[in-house]
Amino acid sequence: MVDVTIVQPPALPRRRLLTDLLANPKVLFGGGFILMLVLLAIFAPWIAPRDPIEQDLMLGTLPPVGLPGAEPGYYLGTDDLGRDVLSRLIHGSRVALTVAFIAASLAALVGAMLGLLAGWYGGWVDAVVSRLVDIWMAFPPVLLSILLVAILGSGIHSVVAAIVIIDWTRFCRVVRAETMAQASMDYVTAARTIGFPRFTILMREILPNVAPVLIALMSLEMGIAVIVEAILSFVGLSVASGTPTWGGMIAQGRQIIHHGWWVLAFPLLTLFATVLAFNQLGDGLRRVIDPVMRR
Amino acid sequence: MFLARLTRRIGIAAMTLFGVGVIVFVLLRVAPGDPIAMMIAPGATPADIAALRARYGLDESIPVQFALWLKGILAGDFGTSISIRRDVLDLLAERLPATLELATLALLVAILIGGSVAVVGTLLRRSRAEGVIDAANGLLLAIPDFVWALALVLVLGVFYPVLPLSGRIDPQSAGDFATRFYLVESIVTLRFDKLAEVLSHMAMPTLALALPLAAVIARVLKQALSEAMVQDYVLLARLKGMSELRLILQEALRNAVGPTLALTGVQFTFLIGGTVIVERIFSYPGVGNMAIDAVINRDLPLIQGLVLAFGLMFIVINILVDLAVVALNPRLRHG
Repeated sequence: MVDVTIVQPPALPRRRLLTDLLANPKVLFGGGFILMLVLLAIFAPWIAPRDPIEQDLMLGTLPPVGLPGAEPGYYLGTDDLGRDVLSRLIHGSRVALTVAFIAASLAALVGAMLGLLAGWYGGWVDAVVSRLVDIWMAFPPVLLSILLVAILGSGIHSVVAAIVIIDWTRFCRVVRAETMAQASMDYVTAARTIGFPRFTILMREILPNVAPVLIALMSLEMGIAVIVEAILSFVGLSVASGTPTWGGMIAQGRQIIHHGWWVLAFPLLTLFATVLAFNQLGDGLRRVIDPVMRR
Repeated sequence: MFLARLTRRIGIAAMTLFGVGVIVFVLLRVAPGDPIAMMIAPGATPADIAALRARYGLDESIPVQFALWLKGILAGDFGTSISIRRDVLDLLAERLPATLELATLALLVAILIGGSVAVVGTLLRRSRAEGVIDAANGLLLAIPDFVWALALVLVLGVFYPVLPLSGRIDPQSAGDFATRFYLVESIVTLRFDKLAEVLSHMAMPTLALALPLAAVIARVLKQALSEAMVQDYVLLARLKGMSELRLILQEALRNAVGPTLALTGVQFTFLIGGTVIVERIFSYPGVGNMAIDAVINRDLPLIQGLVLAFGLMFIVINILVDLAVVALNPRLRHG
């Protein structure tokens, strides 16, 4: 019996990876903001100062604290129905983050699976998948998402399904290219020489090395998902109108823009910061984790 | 063979459009939600509903419905909108000019802004200012048209109310135009007061659509320019004493523009997709705005007409870009 050690590409020691991540300003800012948002979403009922759907017409369109006419306790003002903007913003993060995490994970799952298979097996598998991606990417996403929701019906499930159906291609393309690059590495040749089954090599050797790129891409996709959800709630095709969403608040704010700009401004700022945070986090992760970019 | 390429492209395009038409048609009909339910008055009898279904041909089987629809289109009849109760083709003819003008203007503005940033960035390369431009551009790439549009509404419509917030023209000016191409018409007839009015309404939606595309163009073109700037022919021109700006504009740009053009074509179709939401935000009376209402009302004939209209736009753009890339690249031209 001969012992064979398979040569792995140089991986970072785990502790150094962690310190590298924490030293990266993009990861720190993006990750910190997202972490805060996740906590806000989970503990929304305890953190939000008021009930997000409680109406009080006597307290309609109050400006944010610091402006003339503001009421203490309504920090970011109220909308035309007297609902507290800050509380709605906090509760709105629930829908945004739920859609972001579920849609991005499912899109990553579908896209990565197809990308791994296409990149590893090549031949007709690759031909079919690549052609499919080409056709898919020819449709503009916003239009396609609205059409899909028209077909699937409105609601949070349709929003998630639409994002997955449209955006799996982003993962597929990148994972396919990355798999092809990994497949030409020495450790893969070594594994094949030993006689591991092809599928085992794909799952046990290649997948872990594709994972970093996948994680960075998922962070970017979450930013995209938050925007798509906001757009669909803005036009009234996402969750039922009772649930607070950032897009729904923006739509309402657009209606009363001349006497209540804050109803639009604060959810827009939150949306912007969230998308930016996901982007920075993804960018930072890629720079720290990806061995090629680190060099 | 230029012509052969064109005919082949048009053939593929026609087949694609047909395929998309079939898929959308079938999916819309097997999907949950009844378009007729949206329009019946309370207290309608089952007989009334059945009569209404028959009137819009919804009582037939799906293949028969499709055949009827196709026959209608070939005769120039796109059907009648269920929610607006008007001819679909009339509605498209009324709304398409608004979207075409908006998208084209946005494309031009994006090329202008993106191109200028790329050239200035190349002029300033290896300086501290280049880093600032790259970082700013990286941030801009992350901001979608939806966010731009709303930010513009707040800043230029509310905090400093210098631009009108909605519509294409002032409401009382509707009778002043003979065609639906307000922008083109006011330029051709040299009515500069009208031109100013149209442009002030278009400014914000145009910028919202143009800025994300400008960021993409700036990044890709700057990359291509920096690769071109180290080539021998640029070095030769520099030795001849050409100024840096002329080097970029006369020598490098010509070779850098090809890849940028191909990408701009793809991105332009995304921009047209973006008109849907941007038109909504500015109550701009284009096809995009109408598409959202059509979806909300499950107005099947109108949705189908709109899908065909958008599909046709994408295909025409793709063919034009393809031809332009070939025309600009001698190696492809003879391939």
